[in-house]
Amino acid sequence: MSQTPPGEALDPRDDESPRMRAVVGSDRIEEEIFGRVFDGKVTQRIWQFVRPYKRSLLISIAAVLAFTGSQLTIPLLIRYAIDNGMAPDAPPNVLLSIMAIFAVIVAINYVASRVQELVTGRMAEDVLFDIRRAMFSHLQRVSLSFMDKTEVGRLMSRLQGDVNSMQEFLDTSVLAIGDLLLLFGIVAVMLWLDWQLALMVLTVLPILFGIRILWLTRARAAFMAAHEANSITNGALAEAIHGVRAVQAMDRARLNAELYGQLVDNTYKAHLRASKLSQIMIPIVDTLTGSAMAVVALAGGLMVVSERIEVGVMVAFLFYIQRFFDPIRSLTMQYSVMQRAMASGHRLTEVLDVDVDVKDARNATPLGKDDDGSVEFRNVTFGYNPEYPVLKDVSFRVNSGETVALVGPTGSGKSSSMALIHRFYDVQDGAVLVGGRDVRDVTQKSLGRHMAMVLQEPYLFTGTVRDNIRYASDWADDEAVVEAAIAVGANEFIEALPQGYDTMLAERGSNLSLGQRQLLSFARALVTDAKILILDEATANIDSYTEMQIQKALQRLLEGRTGLVIAHRLATIRNANRIIVLQHGQLVEHGTHDTLIEHGGLYAQLYRLNYASFDDLPNRLSDEDRKRAT
Amino acid sequence: MPRREVRGDKKMTKNAQSGRETSSDRIFRRTARVDPHAGLGAIARITRMAFRYPVSAGLALAATVAAVLMQLSIPVILGQAVDQTQLVAAAKAEPETLYPIALLLFVASVARGILTLIQNYTAESVGHALARDIRNAVYGRIQSLPFSFHDRTHSGDLITVGMLDLEGVRMYFSTALVRTVLLGLLIGLGATLLLSTHLALGLLALSFVPFAGWRSTVMRLALRRTWLILQERLGVLSQVMEENLGGIRVVRAFAASEHEMDKFEVASKSALELSHERIEIRVKNTAVMTMAFFVSMGLVLYFGGRQVASGEITLGTLATFLTFMTILQMPVRQLGLMVNGYARASTCGARLFALIDHEAEIDNAPGAPDLIISDGTLKLDNVSFAYAGHPDRQAVSGISFEAHRGETIGIVGPPGSGKTTLMHLIPRFYDPTQGSISIDGQDIRDATLSSVRQAVAVVQQDSFLFTTSIENNIAYADPFTETSQIRGVTESAQLHDYILGLPGKYGTIVGERGVSLSGGQRQRLSIARTLMMKPAVLIFDDSTAAIDAGTENRIRTALKEYTKDRVTLIVAHRLASLIHADRILFLEQGRIIEQGSHEELLKLGGRYCDLHDLQMRPNAEIPAEKVDTQ
Repeated sequence: MSQTPPGEALDPRDDESPRMRAVVGSDRIEEEIFGRVFDGKVTQRIWQFVRPYKRSLLISIAAVLAFTGSQLTIPLLIRYAIDNGMAPDAPPNVLLSIMAIFAVIVAINYVASRVQELVTGRMAEDVLFDIRRAMFSHLQRVSLSFMDKTEVGRLMSRLQGDVNSMQEFLDTSVLAIGDLLLLFGIVAVMLWLDWQLALMVLTVLPILFGIRILWLTRARAAFMAAHEANSITNGALAEAIHGVRAVQAMDRARLNAELYGQLVDNTYKAHLRASKLSQIMIPIVDTLTGSAMAVVALAGGLMVVSERIEVGVMVAFLFYIQRFFDPIRSLTMQYSVMQRAMASGHRLTEVLDVDVDVKDARNATPLGKDDDGSVEFRNVTFGYNPEYPVLKDVSFRVNSGETVALVGPTGSGKSSSMALIHRFYDVQDGAVLVGGRDVRDVTQKSLGRHMAMVLQEPYLFTGTVRDNIRYASDWADDEAVVEAAIAVGANEFIEALPQGYDTMLAERGSNLSLGQRQLLSFARALVTDAKILILDEATANIDSYTEMQIQKALQRLLEGRTGLVIAHRLATIRNANRIIVLQHGQLVEHGTHDTLIEHGGLYAQLYRLNYASFDDLPNRLSDEDRKRAT
Repeated sequence: MPRREVRGDKKMTKNAQSGRETSSDRIFRRTARVDPHAGLGAIARITRMAFRYPVSAGLALAATVAAVLMQLSIPVILGQAVDQTQLVAAAKAEPETLYPIALLLFVASVARGILTLIQNYTAESVGHALARDIRNAVYGRIQSLPFSFHDRTHSGDLITVGMLDLEGVRMYFSTALVRTVLLGLLIGLGATLLLSTHLALGLLALSFVPFAGWRSTVMRLALRRTWLILQERLGVLSQVMEENLGGIRVVRAFAASEHEMDKFEVASKSALELSHERIEIRVKNTAVMTMAFFVSMGLVLYFGGRQVASGEITLGTLATFLTFMTILQMPVRQLGLMVNGYARASTCGARLFALIDHEAEIDNAPGAPDLIISDGTLKLDNVSFAYAGHPDRQAVSGISFEAHRGETIGIVGPPGSGKTTLMHLIPRFYDPTQGSISIDGQDIRDATLSSVRQAVAVVQQDSFLFTTSIENNIAYADPFTETSQIRGVTESAQLHDYILGLPGKYGTIVGERGVSLSGGQRQRLSIARTLMMKPAVLIFDDSTAAIDAGTENRIRTALKEYTKDRVTLIVAHRLASLIHADRILFLEQGRIIEQGSHEELLKLGGRYCDLHDLQMRPNAEIPAEKVDTQ
């Protein structure tokens, strides 16, 4: 029965020692690597998306300048007010005129901050949505082999997570320019007010920067660890929710709760560590602020005493000191935002740079109504990996209006053949012809319109029943939709739904049965009114009554069309004009059912093997149904 | 996460058709309003839970008080520094008097930093400890809530409760409670200090506080509202993208990329609009808050300046007022965050507690003993069941039968006849509305749930695989098993050779984020993992539909020994799966309408016989058993 002799180890790493084979959640989490702080190529790519908003960018930079300027001026005004307006002998209109300037500055500050935040915020959002649109639209064109290899979840994390961290970056980068300006401005103004006092105060700056950079690498590791522990724990929760029926059926709740408890403990510890590290900066900053203030109180005070500076300058220094730690804090934060953004940007450009292998030829012409529905394979060789062809030198022809069944064991190349007709992939050798023309010479859109496809698993979209049947066939009016539904025998159950054709389908149509979903996908194919129908029959056993309906619908669907069917069911195969048998990527037999049975080859064998899965029929049916099914 | 396969298709249909929402359904919706009473109760309960950690919580509050005192002392010391400097300058004091003031300034700063560290760290650690407790409670509850709860609750809603709502509750202690104490003390003590120093000037200095607090609160609550709506719109957008990527073959097959781009644009635009609205709300409010601050600062500067000039107050006092205002600015702006913290905690808490407190309808009876298996006899006595929401439509009614160890019972019937429902009653996934089920004379409702689940194993229709190695999946029910056991069950399920062909062999990761298996492979894995249990009753709930007849037959042969020691129930559509059963029950509309052995039922010439006739067609008379010997 088994190919391996008993006693052989299950797998190489198995040492037969007893161990616990239980985990909750998955230990694999989305990669979230920090990249370099600056990546020229990535920046260039992102710049392309910002360029259309150049005007907004200029406006917001101007606003940032105005805003920073006004912030810097206020302590200076306080200084002048103290030194010139508050002396016992000062004329009262001096203070009043300083107040007038103050009012102007406050007004500028108000306008500048509004403009800056509004324009920057909107621009960041716009750019973000543009990037997402570009990625999404690119994904509509990349080859299916890329899509096959790539998990939907992975792509989604790029379309969402990565795009969001770009947004964070864009949102903060204009503000970062403001912070940088503010920092330089404060330093400059302090030096201008009194360079000696300024130098004494500013010695804390390099110390703070140094500590902050050292701290950042450690803190980041701790933040990452906390984030990771958190997503692992959340992953385990999601698993428990989705798999609750399996958990209960196998009575694993107690052990799972224990294992989950360990994950939760890890998360708790990781969070505490991260929290410790993030808070440790507070006393450091406060210590440095304290020492800077002490320097001003002492050295500045002595300077005032020696009349080197006025007392207003001392007060202004105190105000500047309280401000200049803010930009340092946000600038170092910006550092990690930038790292994250570069990593995200890198992943985004990766998506945007995926090659589009299957493109319209430059001189491609559309396949029109006059082209017939014939399909021909001429010595086709094809493999997803060219070194391992899944189809080898396959040739056959299906005439317009003919129905051909493709049969063969799993992996014989049936599905690949179907995909080639639609030019999901390009052949390595030979040619696929539709309507007598090489698929590479016609436009992809017209090729798509020339044929309808029904996939093995009926895939429906969120939306109404009507939307799902019409799908992309914009030209079909409501009547055509209903007609198609009637033709495939779906009308009856659709009408019975709460809102008939306007009933919203839940996620993937999960409020319909498998059979009903299949009928809808038939109706969707029928409404396109294409010349060629390609159908990958479902293998799953569905209940007998639905099965009957599907057979009827299938016949209606194939009327007057070229049909290529990957068939599993006897009834389908027998209704075909011809049968093509594939094995290991080669065409091994073809002919009618009777001739192939007589021939006694692979088909005859398959036919016998599959016997039981062909024979599920309803318990109540008319003679006519019976005739049709057999 | 996209689901590759549609699971639980029938169950979903039932919920969708019920169309009625219970209160527990609604409470998990994000934008649904939470009963204010429940919200207040939640706040009180979270507060109580926080004080389960009295040391940390007490320390956090004490540190907050001390930090506020240090914070308040700084402007006072600064004011003194200015005054003292002027005194020294006027030769009214010795220059040495500046030293203690500078030192005091430094010490107060350092102390403020350290106390803030303690305050933040302990407050956050209380939050994390709370999160740890709630996480464990949520997980335990989700695992123990019965099928009926999960049938009517969206898994996505549960995930958001367990992740987002958890965050809301976690943040409560540090962002809402501690902040309230902080701000209350800061404003209260600060106001006392300023007003007692100079009433009019104090009023001016504090004049921005109520305005900024009000704007900040309005803004936060508005932002929260738009955030919830934005989340929903972004949810639609990601649904559009996810469905597109998941169904990319359909999209390509129908040449529908333009159609899909249109859908994307619509969803994208509506999300973008709201994003812009959010930015506007934020910008409008922050700018006006800043302006209010500067206006009152200007007023203080002007009137204070006049007073300084007239000698009514010292310059140091004015400096104290101005620095105090700068210190107060940040926390007042964050008032909105605080209010938001309460709002979030009350809605999030209400949802979380609704889940945690949800009573499990199916639970151990008080003091229930374990089920004791002696003869292994299963007995159903007049069992009826109706789904919640359909009390008048019995899914199963008046079912009675008895099965003994070693017996195999086949169950067959048209779709919707109650086969699966009946199978879900035996392991107590649901409790019958009437009648009783017993094993060896013990009513399963009187035994512990765990022992019932151990005694009744179900191979379910929808085989949920966990994202972990194949080995771990198979050992799911018995993680401490031996390697040979694992190999034994995979061989019985005809899966061993297939697994050895996988790149990682038994270590290959399967499940949502692992290697995707075909329907038949999933079913075989599901069979294998169920065989790890040693139940008294083994149920195959239509779990061989995707397995071909030859393989199914080999599995049946391999299980001959295994089934000798237990009652086996087989639900199937294809008769070949249950022809060999000792007895076959034919269900229609929830009732047993025929029963007997295959031969007896054929002789009876009823429904079963009809079904059999249809399935055994003249062209297909090679019995499945013979295929095996080829």
